Amino acid sequence: MNDLAKQSQGSVGNPLGIDFDTPALKRKRRVRALKDRLARWYVSIGGLAVLGAITLIFFYLAHVVLPMFQGAELQPQDAAQPAWLAEAGEPLLLAIEEQNQVAMRLAANGRIQFFALHDGSPLSSVELPLPAGAGVVAVGRDQPGSRRIALGLSNGTVLVLEHNYRVSYPDNVKTITPQVDFPFGAEPIPLDERGRALEHVALSLDGDSLLLAGAVGPELRLVRLTREENLLTGEVTVERQGIELPQIADPIRELLLDPRQRWLYVLNGRATADVFDLRQRRLNGRYPLLSGQREVTAAASLLGGISLLVGDSGGGIRQWFMVRDAEGNARLQAIRDFRLGDAAIRQILPEERRKGFLALDDAGRLGIFHSTAERTLLVEPVAEGPVLAALSPRASRLLVEDGGQLRRFVVDNPHPEISWRALWGKVWYENYDKPGYVWQSTSANTDFEPKLSLSPLAFGTLKAAFYAMLLAAPLAIAAAIYTAYFMAPRLRTKVKPAIELMEALPTVILGFFAGLFLAPFLENHLPGIFSLLLLVPLGILLAGYLWSRLPDALRLRVADGWEAALLIPVVLGVGWFALAISGHLENWLFGGNMRLWLSNELGIPFDQRNALVVGLAMGFAVIPNIYSIAEDAVFSVPKSLTFGSLALGATPWQTLTRVVILTASPGIFSALMIGMGRAVGETMIVLMATGNTPIMDANIFEGMRTLAANVAVEMPESEVGSSHYRVLFLAALVLLLFTFVMNTLAELIRQRLRSRYASL
Amino acid sequence: MKRNDLKSWIKSGAPGVWMSGGAVAIAIIMTLGLLAVIAVRGLGHFWPADVLESDYRIPGQEPRVLLGEVVEVEEVPRARLLASGLPVAAAGGEFMTRELLKVGNRDLFGSDFAWVVGEWLANPRTPDEVLVVERREWGNFYGYLVNVKQDGQVVASGAAAWAELQERLERANRLQARLERLQRRDIGAINHGLERLRLKARKLELDGRLDAAAQADLEAERAELGARYQALERQLGELRRQVDRDSITLRASDGREREIGLGKVVRAYRPNAMSTLDKLGFYAGKLWEFVSDEPREANTEGGIFPAIFGTVIMVIIMAVIVTPFGVVAAVYLREYARQGPLTRVIRIAVNNLAGVPSIVYGVFGLGFFVYVLGGSLDRLFFPEAAPAPTFGTPGLLWASLTLAILTLPVVIVATEEGLARIPRAVREGSLALGATKIETLWRVVIPMASPAMMTGLILAVARAAGEVAPLMLVGVVKLAPSLPLDANYPYLHLDQKIMHLGFHIYDVGFQSPNVEAARPLVYATALLLVVVIALLNLSAVYIRNHLREKYKALEH
Repeated sequence: MNDLAKQSQGSVGNPLGIDFDTPALKRKRRVRALKDRLARWYVSIGGLAVLGAITLIFFYLAHVVLPMFQGAELQPQDAAQPAWLAEAGEPLLLAIEEQNQVAMRLAANGRIQFFALHDGSPLSSVELPLPAGAGVVAVGRDQPGSRRIALGLSNGTVLVLEHNYRVSYPDNVKTITPQVDFPFGAEPIPLDERGRALEHVALSLDGDSLLLAGAVGPELRLVRLTREENLLTGEVTVERQGIELPQIADPIRELLLDPRQRWLYVLNGRATADVFDLRQRRLNGRYPLLSGQREVTAAASLLGGISLLVGDSGGGIRQWFMVRDAEGNARLQAIRDFRLGDAAIRQILPEERRKGFLALDDAGRLGIFHSTAERTLLVEPVAEGPVLAALSPRASRLLVEDGGQLRRFVVDNPHPEISWRALWGKVWYENYDKPGYVWQSTSANTDFEPKLSLSPLAFGTLKAAFYAMLLAAPLAIAAAIYTAYFMAPRLRTKVKPAIELMEALPTVILGFFAGLFLAPFLENHLPGIFSLLLLVPLGILLAGYLWSRLPDALRLRVADGWEAALLIPVVLGVGWFALAISGHLENWLFGGNMRLWLSNELGIPFDQRNALVVGLAMGFAVIPNIYSIAEDAVFSVPKSLTFGSLALGATPWQTLTRVVILTASPGIFSALMIGMGRAVGETMIVLMATGNTPIMDANIFEGMRTLAANVAVEMPESEVGSSHYRVLFLAALVLLLFTFVMNTLAELIRQRLRSRYASL
Repeated sequence: MKRNDLKSWIKSGAPGVWMSGGAVAIAIIMTLGLLAVIAVRGLGHFWPADVLESDYRIPGQEPRVLLGEVVEVEEVPRARLLASGLPVAAAGGEFMTRELLKVGNRDLFGSDFAWVVGEWLANPRTPDEVLVVERREWGNFYGYLVNVKQDGQVVASGAAAWAELQERLERANRLQARLERLQRRDIGAINHGLERLRLKARKLELDGRLDAAAQADLEAERAELGARYQALERQLGELRRQVDRDSITLRASDGREREIGLGKVVRAYRPNAMSTLDKLGFYAGKLWEFVSDEPREANTEGGIFPAIFGTVIMVIIMAVIVTPFGVVAAVYLREYARQGPLTRVIRIAVNNLAGVPSIVYGVFGLGFFVYVLGGSLDRLFFPEAAPAPTFGTPGLLWASLTLAILTLPVVIVATEEGLARIPRAVREGSLALGATKIETLWRVVIPMASPAMMTGLILAVARAAGEVAPLMLVGVVKLAPSLPLDANYPYLHLDQKIMHLGFHIYDVGFQSPNVEAARPLVYATALLLVVVIALLNLSAVYIRNHLREKYKALEH
C-alpha cells in the first residue's frame, strides 16, 4: 500500500528538479491518505453492516419464534390481610372480573364480598336472600367464561345468581361497579322435595333454558326451567319441568353438565362416571375413571364444556370427552394425562379464553397445563396446604386465600397451546373421533380449540415439491445433458438463454396460468394428458428411428446436434394428436367423463386445482434452475476425459453414460437439491393452482396447502404477537432453514466438484 | 456407424440422444407455448369481435334470440352434456360443440356469460345495427339503439340516433373527464389539507401548545378550505347535471328496453359495421386505455395504470436503496476483506440467500420493518396520528425495503463477479502510478465494473417486478385510493399502500367476484408483465455478453 503521508521525496536527486515537498503538495498527499483511510473504514463498516443486516433475518425470525417454547411464569405480589377477612366465614368461591380490578368472595353464610384485587380493601357486600335457617352447602359454576353460579342450599333449594361488573366513566375515570343479579328470581328454586341439603349442584344455561342438577347422597334431581319474557309487559314467567333419570347406587361426588345440555356427567363411587344422555333420558354408560386405589377428588369442564378434567387423589389429572366409536355410539374416552405431584388434586381452574387449566393440590402445589398441547407449563408451590384459588378471565392473575391471607400472583403464560407435539404430532382434538394431524387456526366462536399442526402443511409442501420434481428432474437433466454434450454450439447459444429466460418468469404468471388455464384444461382433457405421457416418448423414439432410415442425402444435410430442433414439430404433432383423441378415449374408456369415472369407479376424489396442475406449473418453474446448474456441471467436464473415452472406441452415448455423467453427477445432484429448495419455498404457484385445503393425502387429483402458501394466506389476518402469528413465523423459519441448508450443501458439493475438475 | 436394423440403432445409443433431445424440445415448447397462450389471449381481448345474433332453440322450449360475442368454442362428449341434465338427444355424433357467449347486460340477465350448445344455435347473423355499450357499471350492454333523449325528451330515434349518440357521447365524456379531475385532484387536495390540519391540531395539543391563537389560526384555515370545498361542490353538482342531461334507450335481445344516462357510458360502438381499419383504430384506443386508465368495476374493466405506476415507483425506490448497499458490500467482500475461509463462508451464505423463498422475506418485512421499525417511527414522529398507524402498517416504503433485502444478494453477487473479472494488471498499473487504493477503486476499477453492477441491478429490478408473495404482506392492495406520487405535500407518500401488477393478476384472477369477465384482462396484464421482465432480462444478458467481449480485449 502506498502510504503517501509518510513518504518524502526530496527534490534533491529528482532528475526533473521538481520539488514534491511544497506545503501544498504535502497537504494534498495528507488529504489523499486521509481519504483512503476513511474509504477503508467506510467500506468495511458499510459492508459488514449490510452482511449483518442479512443475517438479521434469521435472528429476527428466531426471536419471534422462541417465546412460544418458554413455559409459564408466576410472580408473587404482596399479600393482603384485610380486616374484613377475619370474620367473613368459610370461603366457598373466589372470582376475579375481566379487568383484574375487582374480586369476589362467596362465604358459606351466604355473604358475597367484593373487594379490590390489588390491596384487598372491601368495596361492597351483598347478603344473599337465603331462607331462614338455610346455609350454602354446594356451589356449581356454569361453563368457564360465564359468571353464573348455582348455590345448593341446606333446605334442598337452589339459588341461581350472576355476579356482574358494570364499567362506567364518571368524570372520565373508569369505575367498575360490582353487583349481584338473579336471572331466575331471588326466590330459591326447590330441587329436593324432602328438603334435604343438596351436596352437589350443577347448572347450564342454553338460551332461555336453564338446567339444574342436584345431588343428595346417591339421589339425583334434575329440573329444566324455561324463561319466557312477555314482549308487551316485560313480565317474566318461568316454566318448570322435572326430568326423571335412572337412579344410581353410589354416593355422588361431582356433577357436570355440558353447555348444549346433552350430557350429564355424574361422578360417583370411588372413581366412576355415569354419563346420562339428557335427550333420550337414559344412561349412556358407566365408565371407570381410574385404576388402582386412587379416587376422584376434583373435576371441572374445560372451556367449551366438551372436555372433562378429572383430578385424583394421586395427583394426576385426566382429560375425557365424548367421542363416536366405529358404530357411531358416543362414549366417554380418556384422552390424555397430566401430573401435578403426589398429593390429591383439590381444585381445577379452567382458563376462560383457552383450552388451558390450572390445578392445585392438597400440598399447596400449583400446576399450569394446556390440554391440546399436552403441556405442563409450570409446577410451583404456592401454599403449605390446601387453599382456595381463583383465576382471572384473561388468565393473567391468580388469587389464593390461604389462612386469612389473600395472596396474589401474576401469571405470565402467553403461549401455552404450542408444543413440539401440538406442532408435529398426532393430536386428539375435541369433537374428533380419533387423533389426527389438523391445521385449522381460526374460527368464529370463542371456545374454539386452535389446531396448529404443521404436519399437514409440511406434507403438502413435500407433496407439491415431489410432483414438481417428478416432472422437472428428468426433463431438466435430460435437456441439460443434451444441451451440454450433444447440441450443436450454434443452437446452444440460442437454447440456453431461452430456457434460462423461463427462470425469470414471475411465478405469479405461472400460477395464474396454472389456475385459470391449465386446471380447467386438464380437467377436460385428462385422458389426453395421460396418453401424452405415453405417446411423446414413443413418438420421439419413432421419429429418431425413422430419421436413421432416411437416405443419407437427406439425413446428412442436418448436422449432428440438431435433433432437438427436428423434434419440435414431432412433439407438437404428437401432442396435438394426444389431445385430439382425448375426447374419443374418454367416450370409449370412461363413459364420457373421466373425472366422474375416477370418483365413482375408483373412489378417487378429484379437485379441479390439484397436485397434477401444481406439479406441471411448479415443475415448469423449477426446470430452469435445475437445467442451468446441471448444464454447467456437464459442460465443464474436462474435454480430455471425453476425448480419451472416444479415442478408445466408445460411442458418444457410452462416453456420456460411463464417463461424463459419472463425473458430473455431484453437480447434477446439487442441481436437484437447488431445484427442490425452490419447489419447497414457492408460494404463488401453489397459492393459485391449488384449493389450499390442508389435507394429508398423496392423491395426485387432490390439492394441498403448503407452508409458504399458508403463511401468505393467514399472515395478514394474524394478530401480532399471538401464538398463531408466531407459528406462522416458525413456518417461515422452517422454510428458511430448509432452503438454506439445501442450498449450502449444493454449493459445497459444487465447489468440491470444481476443484476436482481443476485438478484433472 | 452402421445403421442396418433396429437393434444396432438401439445399441448405438441413439435412442438416448433422441430422448434427451426431446427433453430440450419439450422445454422449449412449454416456454414458447406459455408465452403464446398469454399473448394470444391477452392481446385478443381488445379486438372488437363481431356480435353474433342467433335463435337459440333448446328442444322442448320456445326459441329465443341470443346476442353476444363468441368467446370460446369447445368440443364436448355428448355423454357429458347429457349427464349435466341438458335435453340432448342421446343419439348422434360422439361430440357436440359448446360455445361460451358473452351476452353482457348483467343487470338484465344476471350474468355476463352464457354457455350454449352450438347445435341449437340457428340462423346466425351479424346485423350492422347491433350496438355495444361499455358502461361504467354493470359491464357491457349488447342491444339495439332505440332513441336518444335530452332531459327525457326524445331528440332522435331510428337511423338518425346513432349519429346523434356519437356526438353527445363525446360531449358527455369530455364533461366526465373534467368531473373526474375535479373530484380527484381538487377535492383530493382539500381533503388532504383538512387531514393535515387535524394532525397539526392534535400535535399542538399533545405538545400543550394549542392555545387560543393557534386554534383560531387553524379554524381560519379550516374555514377557508371549507369555503373552497363548497365552491367545488357546487361546480361538481352543475357538471353532474350536465353530464346526466342526455340518455339513450336500448333494446336488449329479449326485447326489454333499458334507459342509460350518457354519464354512465364509456364508449359505444357497432362492431359489425366497422371495417378492419376502424377495428384497428379501436384496438389501439383500447390498448391505450388499458395502460393509461384507472380500473373500473372491481378491477375487471378499464386500465391498470395505477398498478403499473405502483410497480414502477416501488421498483425505483428499491433500486435506489439496494444499489449503494449492494455495491458497498461487494466492494468490501472483494477488495477489502481478507480472503480466507470466512469470506468464503460469507460468499456462500450470500449466494444462498438468493435461493431463500421470497415469502420468508415477506414475513421478515412484516414483522421487522412494519411492526418493529414502523411502530417505533410512529411512536417517535407521528404521535398525533395515533391510534391510526402511519408507518406502522404495510406501505410503499416497507414494500421497497423488503424487496431491497430480497434482491441484495443478486446485486452483491453480480458486482463481485464484475470486480473479480477485472484483470490484476489494471489495478497494479494504477497503484504503481502512485494512486491510493480508493483512487484506484473509484477511478479505475468501479468504472470498469459498472456494467456488471448494471447487470446486477437490472436482474434485481426484474426479480422485484415479478415478486408478489412478500408484497402481499408488506404493502400491496387490490385497490389504492390514490397514487403514491401526487401534487400534495410531501408529494411522495411512502406510507401509502400501492397497487402492483403481479398482485393485480392474483387478485383479479382469483379473488374477483366475476372471474370470467376479468380473465382477458388478467391475460393482458400478465403479458405486459412478461414483456417488461423479459426485456429487462434480455438487456442484462446483452450487457453481460458485451462486457465479456470487452474484457477479452483487455487481456490481450
